Amino acid sequence: MHPVIRTVLQRLALGLMTLFFVSIVIFSGVEMLPGDFTQAVLGQAATEETVAAFRRELGLDQPSYVRYIDWIGGVLRGDFGTSFSGRAASGIDRSRDVVDLIGPRLWNTMFLASMTAIVAVPLALFLGITAALYRNSIYDRVVNATTLATISTPEFFVAYILILFLAALNPVFPSLANVSPDTVLSERIYRSALPSMTLALVIIAHMMRMTRAAIINLLASPYIEMARLKGLSSSRVILFHALPNAWAPIVNVIAFNLAYLVVGVVVVEVVFVYPGVGQLMVDAVTTRDIPVVQACALIFAATYIVLNLSADIISIVTNPRLLHPR
Amino acid sequence: MSTDNKEVLLDIKNMVIDGFSDEKWHEIIKGVDLTLHKGEVLGLIGESGAGKSTLGLAAMAFARPGCRLTSGEIWFDGVDLMKQSEAEKQKLRGARIAYVAQSAAAAFNPAHTLMEQTIEAGVRHGLVSAEEAREDAKKLFASMDLPDPNNIGDRFPHQVSGGQLQRAMTAMAMASRPDLIIFDEPTTALDVTTQVNVLAAMRSAVEQFGTAAIYITHDLAVVAQMADRIKVLRYGNEVEEADTQTMLTSPKEEYTKSLWSVRSIEKEGKTADDKILEIKGITAAYGKVPVLKDVSIAVSRGKTVSIVGESGSGKSTTARVITGLLPQLEGEVLFNGEPLPPKLKDRSRDQLQRVQMIYQSADTAMNPRQTVGEIIGRPVEFYTGKRGKAAHQRVKELLEMIELDESFLDRLPGELSGGQKQRICIARALAADPELIICDEVTSALDQIVQEGILKLLMNLQEELGVSYVFITHDIATVRAISDEVVVMYQGEVVEQGPKEAIFQPPHPAYTELLLASVPEMEIGWLEKTLSTLGEKRAAMG
Repeated sequence: MHPVIRTVLQRLALGLMTLFFVSIVIFSGVEMLPGDFTQAVLGQAATEETVAAFRRELGLDQPSYVRYIDWIGGVLRGDFGTSFSGRAASGIDRSRDVVDLIGPRLWNTMFLASMTAIVAVPLALFLGITAALYRNSIYDRVVNATTLATISTPEFFVAYILILFLAALNPVFPSLANVSPDTVLSERIYRSALPSMTLALVIIAHMMRMTRAAIINLLASPYIEMARLKGLSSSRVILFHALPNAWAPIVNVIAFNLAYLVVGVVVVEVVFVYPGVGQLMVDAVTTRDIPVVQACALIFAATYIVLNLSADIISIVTNPRLLHPR
Repeated sequence: MSTDNKEVLLDIKNMVIDGFSDEKWHEIIKGVDLTLHKGEVLGLIGESGAGKSTLGLAAMAFARPGCRLTSGEIWFDGVDLMKQSEAEKQKLRGARIAYVAQSAAAAFNPAHTLMEQTIEAGVRHGLVSAEEAREDAKKLFASMDLPDPNNIGDRFPHQVSGGQLQRAMTAMAMASRPDLIIFDEPTTALDVTTQVNVLAAMRSAVEQFGTAAIYITHDLAVVAQMADRIKVLRYGNEVEEADTQTMLTSPKEEYTKSLWSVRSIEKEGKTADDKILEIKGITAAYGKVPVLKDVSIAVSRGKTVSIVGESGSGKSTTARVITGLLPQLEGEVLFNGEPLPPKLKDRSRDQLQRVQMIYQSADTAMNPRQTVGEIIGRPVEFYTGKRGKAAHQRVKELLEMIELDESFLDRLPGELSGGQKQRICIARALAADPELIICDEVTSALDQIVQEGILKLLMNLQEELGVSYVFITHDIATVRAISDEVVVMYQGEVVEQGPKEAIFQPPHPAYTELLLASVPEMEIGWLEKTLSTLGEKRAAMG
């Protein structure tokens, strides 16, 4: 078997193992949350019998390992269980499946993330490469200073500044990004513009700075000196000689930022009232809606693992020593 | 080769180059002139820091980061490059002036094939089409004696050996048929047996195309094979310049004479019956890769045994087995007649104390944050149990032994020269009062004169303290200088061993023959003479 294929398979197996351990961590973490759903719903005044009956109905009286196996077994079959909310001691069950609850929210989050990434990643690479190419020029300094500024500003602040200038003073985009499943694509893009811009400003800075640093880091290598001594143009030196050797760190920071787009955007969602997964999870935590919290956490973990795994694999296959063994 | 009537190709006048260090600009080339005729090869020699690479690169009007071409003129084919724009200079580089770097392994881009990199300069400068360049490169690869010249270009740098890479790099430099090639220590990183072939390939390339060259090296014997004239540099100044014959037979300056002084150390080899170390039938492996096969070596008390061989011959691995860093699979290590446990952690402190080690790179073998006093003081306390004043006194004694004074106690390794650092490492080894010191290529990274100082110091210490050495090296001149006995290793096996006088006397086993014959001699025409016989010697090895 080609060593690259073997490495990729090894990484995949490792990723699955990680996901399994994370699922245990999530489950135990949620177990340890203070408070109890039944008491939260039934209130202080509920009798012990009602609480016990309600717990039995939700399966909370089972020992935790049984509940874990139940849960993880369901997840493997694509069944994340039923949300606690909507249930009440009254006996009328208005609860929904977790999948139905999360599905549209996840789609919104993914849409916002993809929309941002499609613009931000190429732009960051372009800025990083050109900044390295014109190192210490005015251009480089302006790009550096700007990205340093956006990196150092809290994202909600960036969001409010954008709202101020692009929604309040000059009404270009709506300040509320309320999308629903039946919103058409162009309308969706229009409404998501401001949250997307906010996120882009934050992640472009990270990715651009890493790209620039990774390339500049290589410029002292003997093979770069050799390329210069061949009389090659600076752009040829950077693009053909430095960049192919700089992919590993760049891809890693891109993966990290893409993961952030999925799992770390709750603040931006709140500012723009965007119906994403982040908000859903925060709400679920406050109401002790355990199945929803667990499902969200597992999705977030899987996102991280998949993205980092891809970054790993890309850095492996861009290494000629592995791709072309002796 | 007469150069009288040839046209001048390169004329560097009163060149001054500054380097930036310690927050200031310093002159590193202090007004040097250099003239090169068409088709002529000029040897540029000197110790590290003499400015030879800097001057060589100035011939391309190129200054490394942290350097600047301050003043002077660089006339190349009638044009002063100092007055040219960056774009004009770029047009020359890689087209009319090419560069061959010291370490081909580092100077080839790991991400691209040899072919892509070989044809790059010619194609980018618009001299040839990619198609023509590829065909031509294959011919060049063939003329460089590279195996499978039609397909080797498709390989990546990590897929070919160091000697092959160095030849490919010469082909790369030749690809655009430049008027001038700068060879910057191109064979320094190679084994002596590989070096001969690379030298021959470079020589024939230069002769075939009538290319002028500047050959930079610190090895006079090598430059004698390559150059028509030799210029000696020191501290950024020219020491002297003469044609090669004159330079070899009657150099004027003291400094030039001292450059090959290490070859002048004479020592009569002696052996003794009293063996301090015997290793018997050692077999060792890294993982599943066998490295040593049935190696047996004996070291006489108070004497020096040199282990010589090329990279991959297993000489450093032997040292790792003796010190217990790599437990052997078979065989035993007897120290003073008693077997040493194979694993380091099974050895007693006493056993550890008696065998000490000195490494090639003093830089990385010392903690950069510790002062000299701490570096030497630590083993004094650890092994001899001395504390406070007694320890301090001992450290001072040790400094005296390595011919350094007390003022070094508070200095950090970064403030010392290469030779001084290696002396500190010697003192650190001596701090344990060892009976045996293993010296692993301890002079390989040092300049000739510094090497001589270190070797003399080691010999004096041996006389004074009666310590025994296992001296690992690939340099035959060093072996001749310091050894009592010699062990020749090849591919993990001992080819030959015995008293120095016997080893250097014919008849030799085939490999020793090849090794000794490959060491360049300071004699014009040695290369031609040797090449004709080396083929047979290689064949004799099978």
